[in-house]
Amino acid sequence: MTERPRELHLEARGLNKRFGGLQAAADLSMRARHGEVHAVIGPNGAGKTTLVHMLSGFLRPDSGSIVFGGDDITSLPAPGRVQRGLARSFQITSVFRDFTVLENVVLPVQARQGHSFRFWRSAMRDPSLTGPARVLLEEVGLGDRAATLAGHLAHGEQRQLEIAVALATNPSFLLLDEPMAGMGPEENRALIDFLGGLKETHGMLLIEHDLDAVFALADRITVLVYGRAIASGRPDEIRQNSQVRTAYLGEALV
Amino acid sequence: MKSQLTPAHAVSALLIALCAAVPYLASALDEPFYVIVFARIMIWAIAAISLNLIMGFGGMISFGHAVYLGIGGYAVGILAFHDITSAWIQLPAAIGLCALVALVFGVICLRTRGIYFIMITLALAQMVFFLSVSAERYGSDDGLNILWRSDFGSGIVDLEDGAVMYYTIFAVLMGCLFLQWRMVVSRFGMVLRASQSNETRVQAVGIPTYRYRLAAFVIAGVMCGLAGFLQANLERFVSPDMMNWHRSGELILMTVLGGTATLFGPLVGAVVFLLLSEMLSTITIHWHLLFGPFLILVVLFARGGVMGLLGSRTTRD
Repeated sequence: MTERPRELHLEARGLNKRFGGLQAAADLSMRARHGEVHAVIGPNGAGKTTLVHMLSGFLRPDSGSIVFGGDDITSLPAPGRVQRGLARSFQITSVFRDFTVLENVVLPVQARQGHSFRFWRSAMRDPSLTGPARVLLEEVGLGDRAATLAGHLAHGEQRQLEIAVALATNPSFLLLDEPMAGMGPEENRALIDFLGGLKETHGMLLIEHDLDAVFALADRITVLVYGRAIASGRPDEIRQNSQVRTAYLGEALV
Repeated sequence: MKSQLTPAHAVSALLIALCAAVPYLASALDEPFYVIVFARIMIWAIAAISLNLIMGFGGMISFGHAVYLGIGGYAVGILAFHDITSAWIQLPAAIGLCALVALVFGVICLRTRGIYFIMITLALAQMVFFLSVSAERYGSDDGLNILWRSDFGSGIVDLEDGAVMYYTIFAVLMGCLFLQWRMVVSRFGMVLRASQSNETRVQAVGIPTYRYRLAAFVIAGVMCGLAGFLQANLERFVSPDMMNWHRSGELILMTVLGGTATLFGPLVGAVVFLLLSEMLSTITIHWHLLFGPFLILVVLFARGGVMGLLGSRTTRD
């Protein structure tokens, strides 16, 4: 794997996005540091996924800018951002269901090796593709499922594969859109451990409803309500913040 | 990796052997008619393979694919009309023109999805169709007779020889089947197949999908143009009917009938489609009444087409 430059911070500066009457992002600024997990929490419809779409290049903000590793990437299309080391996972599992587990991971490995205008050699018989893909599958615990069709995996395994696909692009920064969605407590704990292990080498923006996971992983938390960041700080600061408690956390955390 | 043999493989191998043996069988049975029938079938199979590449593997349902049959055919017809019979001019003209048209059409069509893609491919193909109808100099509706087949200028490939014509078509068919296979399993094919099932995801792993889909669209156009080149030579005749939208529809039906996204589906589909319509039309002039329901039944109950019925599951079969 090629070494990514370290210390790539991801910054949103004054993002605005409006869908008709809905303000999904309102003057939204945040800074996620490399080597940290920056969690974004907030009630449904707060604009969390919109934020991920904008940061990953699938939505253009109406105004504001996005800076990654010191460069303005606001107008860079999604594939270009991935090539720079900014990868994402999807809230709704979005693996290639007709592909085997191994094929799912080979595709991103192939993507980082340059263009795919190669018409002859079989991709799945190319050890420079399958080798790194198998290593990664071992890491996420799907090593023995390589030949299974992704559509036949259990839900939790599909969520693991979702992460593996994002990691296979060799990112320095991960945008994780509810990676724990629909997983059991056992799988949850395993994934928290796994993501915790990535902290040293990756920056992460984590969107998650499971507050146990958030407080277990996050170094920094931003609270989003109606597209606006109402608070940002260390987990203990967020716990204490009265505004956050009334707006979102309720009495559960008192 | 997965080389389990299914009945689908056996049937495919049998069909190819049959195609190779037809001239001998036909003369042994004293039924020379079958040579031309199978020559036509193989040309349609080449066109269906090219459609399968974008429709089956790439999810781009082109309802105007026969336009490249017409363009490839007219490249031969028009040049022959002007007494340019050299294959070394006609063939590059057919290929170049198909590539150019496919590139322009692709740039326009690939901005759309789903039903819009289907409609715009149809509309663009109809434009070329009406252009050919309005070309009075080249026979309009009546088409254009071709006196001399493409001249390769050597004694080896003399298309005026019926057997050489037949085996040239056979060789091109084999070449297209082989090319399709390599392309599907290559890195290019990975991107194409992945884009079909989830284009957003492909972009999210860092691959700009548009250029790959466009390249596939152009390759398919050229391959279909090759079929047009062969058809014009075989029939010694081109007409606007070659790129009528009915033809595009038949190409889709053949591919679906044989099994989309399978390597041999288009060949099997072309054989079943054309032989069945040939047989049914000898039984009754209202053969469409039988053929239509048959196609509907296949689409409803055999979702993988004939290849699906024969146990073919993966794209690599």
